[in-house]
Amino acid sequence: MREVAVVGFTQSPSVRREPDRNEIEILIPVIQALREQTGLSSKDFDFICSGSSDYLAGQSFAFVSGLDAVGAWPPVCESHVEMDGAWALYEAWVKIQMGYADTALVYGFGKPSMGDLPLTMALQLDPYTMMPLWPDAISIAGLQARHCLDAGLLRAEDMAAAAVRDRANAKNNPNAQVKGDFSVQQILAEPFLVNPLRKSDCAPISDGASAIVLAAGDRAKQLSDRPAWIRGIEHICEPMDLGIRDLGRSRSSEIAARKAGVSNDKIDVAELSAPFTHQEILVERALGLSQKTKVNPSGGALAGNPLMAVGLSRIGECATRIWSGEADRAVAHATSGPCLQQNLVCVLEGN
Amino acid sequence: MSPSEAEKTNQPVTVLACPISLDYAYSAGQSASRFLRAIAEGKLLGQRCPVDGRVYFPSRGACPMHGVTFGDDAVELSDKGTIVTFSIVRVPSQNIALPLPYITVNVLLDGADTILIHVLDAKLEDVHMGMRVQAVWKPKEEWTTSTANILYFRPIDEPDAKYESYKEHI
Ligand SMILES: [Zn+2]
Repeated sequence: MREVAVVGFTQSPSVRREPDRNEIEILIPVIQALREQTGLSSKDFDFICSGSSDYLAGQSFAFVSGLDAVGAWPPVCESHVEMDGAWALYEAWVKIQMGYADTALVYGFGKPSMGDLPLTMALQLDPYTMMPLWPDAISIAGLQARHCLDAGLLRAEDMAAAAVRDRANAKNNPNAQVKGDFSVQQILAEPFLVNPLRKSDCAPISDGASAIVLAAGDRAKQLSDRPAWIRGIEHICEPMDLGIRDLGRSRSSEIAARKAGVSNDKIDVAELSAPFTHQEILVERALGLSQKTKVNPSGGALAGNPLMAVGLSRIGECATRIWSGEADRAVAHATSGPCLQQNLVCVLEGN
Repeated sequence: MSPSEAEKTNQPVTVLACPISLDYAYSAGQSASRFLRAIAEGKLLGQRCPVDGRVYFPSRGACPMHGVTFGDDAVELSDKGTIVTFSIVRVPSQNIALPLPYITVNVLLDGADTILIHVLDAKLEDVHMGMRVQAVWKPKEEWTTSTANILYFRPIDEPDAKYESYKEHI
């Protein structure tokens, strides 16, 4: 295996609604900042891969104009996934492993505020029996939370505590959208949004973008004093039908964590992309994290949720803590699909 | 058999139609908004790349070749231009102001470095590369923030443009 590291990361602030800028105009300064941070120009990237969704943009082939932010001349080697940018990073990592590239630019961007996000998300359900019923994403997650509560897998207090922790951590994150001091009692006093979920159990709707530079071996050492080496990365998908999955645990996260080698050594920092409090608890369990791990120092997805960039940003948030020496070993998580259907786990190390 | 048919005939339901749709509050973005506001006043705005000076029309957020922002500098373009290529269309299409068969053209507006795709009101046998044309606008009172303010292009009495002036855009 080639040694591949994260050597650059930039992101836009997560905001509820970008009033004027379109998706590309949100992305442009993020890419520009990444060029300044790494000293690389677009022609220095051997491979470019992006993650976004035409369903959020409400426009087919909306992702193509993302290349405006990159500058695609002379012609570039480029690809796109209709997924979170974390999966674009996986594709770039594979490309580097295969020897087709030494450096890669990866970015994710989304402007979900243009549509009705919970209804848009229904379109990723099975198209024959579930999607026609058009259940919104919060209701689907609510069914999972109800199952977890009724089966005694977690308590409403545990869910509220996850929100309290993330929002407190996010106070130090200038890009976070939801932050501050809250108490479990305060959150439990909220009315249900979709029983048993309260508003504070749900990640915000956020517009935003983020970008990462990957580099292999010596190239990474040239670009960073302390590269964040990717020592394990895996993504696993569960079946589409919610009725044949165990919704009380995240099996695919467990398998991905095992294959990525999460438990091989201590984990200083974990960044999770779960968009609901009960899902965050399930992912935390699936990764097998100990009390010593600082979970979501940035606030995680519950503090800022720029869809299609939020997972990629988790990898970036881990990498920045490796660069600074705050962490030696970190794990980032990204998710896709209803009820944690597909999960990506990435282990980063400083040594 | 749909639920309503099944009820009448007392037969099992075999088909269930569940129409779904998504609504968007689309925002064109800062650059495109500026372009659309200008066209509502009959102005055609492009933007100049700070790297190589090419003028992109319509204005957009960044240069697709160099990945740099265009900033706020806009370039107002003429509504006259040169036909770079054309095609005769004999199948009907929506929102076209001309009867069949009509001519679609790639027009290089004077001062622009990117082409505009539009339709041409001319005799089929007259259209040719290098032909000079000008936009025909809707009546001013009908102008909105839409490219549909231009109905079509029409030939003007000017000598053909030299091949060298538009060959890069074929
Ligand atoms: Zn340019």
